[in-house]
Amino acid sequence: MFGRGLKRKCFDNEEEADGPPAGVRAVAPYDLQRQSLLDMSLVKLQLCHMLVEPNLCRSVLIANTVRQIQEEMTQDGAWRMVAPQGAGLAPLDRLVSTDILCRSAQEQEHGKPGPEDSTFPKGFKEDQAPDLTCDAPAVTAAQAPEHPPSSVWDLDSSRENRGSFQKSLDQIFETLESKNPSSVEDLFSDVDSSYYDLDTVLTGMMGSSRAGPCDTLEGFTPLAPAPPGPGCKADLGELDHIVEILVET
Amino acid sequence: ADIISTVEFNYSGDLLATGDKGGRVVIFQREQESKSRPHSRGEYNVYSTFQSHEPEFDYLKSLEIEEKINKIRWLPQQNAAHFLLSTNDKTIKLWKISERDKRAEGYNLKDEDGRLRDPFRITALRVPILKPMDLMVEASPRRIFANAHTYHINSISVNSDHETYLSADDLRINLWHLEITDRSFNIVDIKPANMEELTEVITAAGFHPHQCNVFVYSSSKGTIRLCDMRSSALCDRHSKFFEEPEDPSSRSFFSEIISSISDVNFSHSGRYMMTRDYLSVKVWDLNMENRPVETYQVHEYLRSKLCSLYENDCIFDKFECCWNGSDSAIMTGSYNNFFRMFDRNTRRDITLEASRENSKPRAVLKPRKVCTGGKRKKDEISVDSLDFNKKILHTAWHPVENVIAVAATNNLYIFQDKIN
Repeated sequence: MFGRGLKRKCFDNEEEADGPPAGVRAVAPYDLQRQSLLDMSLVKLQLCHMLVEPNLCRSVLIANTVRQIQEEMTQDGAWRMVAPQGAGLAPLDRLVSTDILCRSAQEQEHGKPGPEDSTFPKGFKEDQAPDLTCDAPAVTAAQAPEHPPSSVWDLDSSRENRGSFQKSLDQIFETLESKNPSSVEDLFSDVDSSYYDLDTVLTGMMGSSRAGPCDTLEGFTPLAPAPPGPGCKADLGELDHIVEILVET
Repeated sequence: ADIISTVEFNYSGDLLATGDKGGRVVIFQREQESKSRPHSRGEYNVYSTFQSHEPEFDYLKSLEIEEKINKIRWLPQQNAAHFLLSTNDKTIKLWKISERDKRAEGYNLKDEDGRLRDPFRITALRVPILKPMDLMVEASPRRIFANAHTYHINSISVNSDHETYLSADDLRINLWHLEITDRSFNIVDIKPANMEELTEVITAAGFHPHQCNVFVYSSSKGTIRLCDMRSSALCDRHSKFFEEPEDPSSRSFFSEIISSISDVNFSHSGRYMMTRDYLSVKVWDLNMENRPVETYQVHEYLRSKLCSLYENDCIFDKFECCWNGSDSAIMTGSYNNFFRMFDRNTRRDITLEASRENSKPRAVLKPRKVCTGGKRKKDEISVDSLDFNKKILHTAWHPVENVIAVAATNNLYIFQDKIN
């Protein structure tokens, strides 16, 4: 359906035999889907930096989508307010409250389901079409932004996470290489690891000075946690630990 | 052939201009009717080809400036020559296209080859005479309007006064005089003082067809603002604000993206305007701001696929739309080389395909149908089989007749009503 590209994985719930127990799967999907969408959006924002100036309209729309997701995530209340799927559209009509703190604890209990377990909830108005996929990197993996980064990061430096980080990194590299080979070298150049939040990304793309390829991915070993930036920039705070966005202003 | 990025008929419909990703402009001219060749009535053949824009490099930002032609707009014809404006992301150019079918012969100082004659050999003076020659069509740049846009130009629109035009980028709209290239007036500026607060961009703009003080611009949030240049020099405050209230039951994370308007066009009458967002075309009455008077679904079956379309970036595709000459019908493109036409009076619509494989030249086009669920009938195509790389973003309708031009990637199709 979508021509060339990475091999698509099926989003179908029933095909996964080795995921978490069905009870958890039924409750979790919306948050995972939302997280996947957030991850995908953040990747899209990074991949904007090509040889040609990025499309501002596209960047703004993606950034607004990220903000929407972040706002909803931070407004979420109790984790268990996500109703089972039988409740229909009701919980999705309003902003669903999910306590990030509780969610990360929850995920530590149940292990982190990979993206192939996810199906989009009705709120996304998606059919479970076979081609539907979100190969979003699991790098940001629903880490609690409000947590003191040290505790969250320590809890999550598991082998499983590193495995999925590597996989996501490969995907990003593959996409980047096909678009702009020279940016791959820049990925390994020494960069300033200061904190960049979404707004800075957006500002950086307005680009007064040179905006070379901007993605920098620094290793997978747990870094010393950076101090949380101003405000609650949700998963971007986590993104900082794993994927550093370099924007030259 | 390169990917076509814009298509535009001139005011009479005799000329059709296309711009492509490589910065070239190709102009087609309609053949005159002739009794000896009845089938070639109305055929468009290449009239002129020229390189309008070249790739540039912005050294300050270390970024390339694409030579892709974003828009072409014709000027009304005032003499034998034709004029058009073509623009890439940063620079607008006024081109003059003129015919030369006579050549002067019999110069005194040079001979027929162009070599200079030895003055001492000239013993008599003669007056050069004009002799016919094979038609030559020349394009020459007459004005270059540069350095006025920080962001990417998405629209140009010639004013009904035929002296001025506007150019719009993501955050600003400038007013130019066709004769003056070193100055332009900024008439709209939505750049926030702090770029971090940017949430909305300008997506399209255009002058009213009759009222030279009125223009509209659309935004990425699905709104249209109508401005009157008489009210103030800087039209940051709109005169009218068009927005349809959101349907809360269909809200999703993609709602804003699919509401972003990709094209806005006044009707020829000037009473209505039409906007294109990702899934629909809306007709607005300029006198009613709170909702459109007509809404046409282009490909509603894609609503359930928005996540995939977001992932592969198709959700950001900018489709254009156009009116027919009498404003009774509208047309817009879709995927799989499909394009849609809606009759505003009968409310009928049709889906057609621009494809060499599926229709022979001069054959009547067969209506297409997308199967949205359940059993697929014969001749229907299912949503999952649609080719999303084959998108028809640019279409144009002859100003008077039922002739349409459809750009399918790097191919141009011209269709017309069946001649009985």
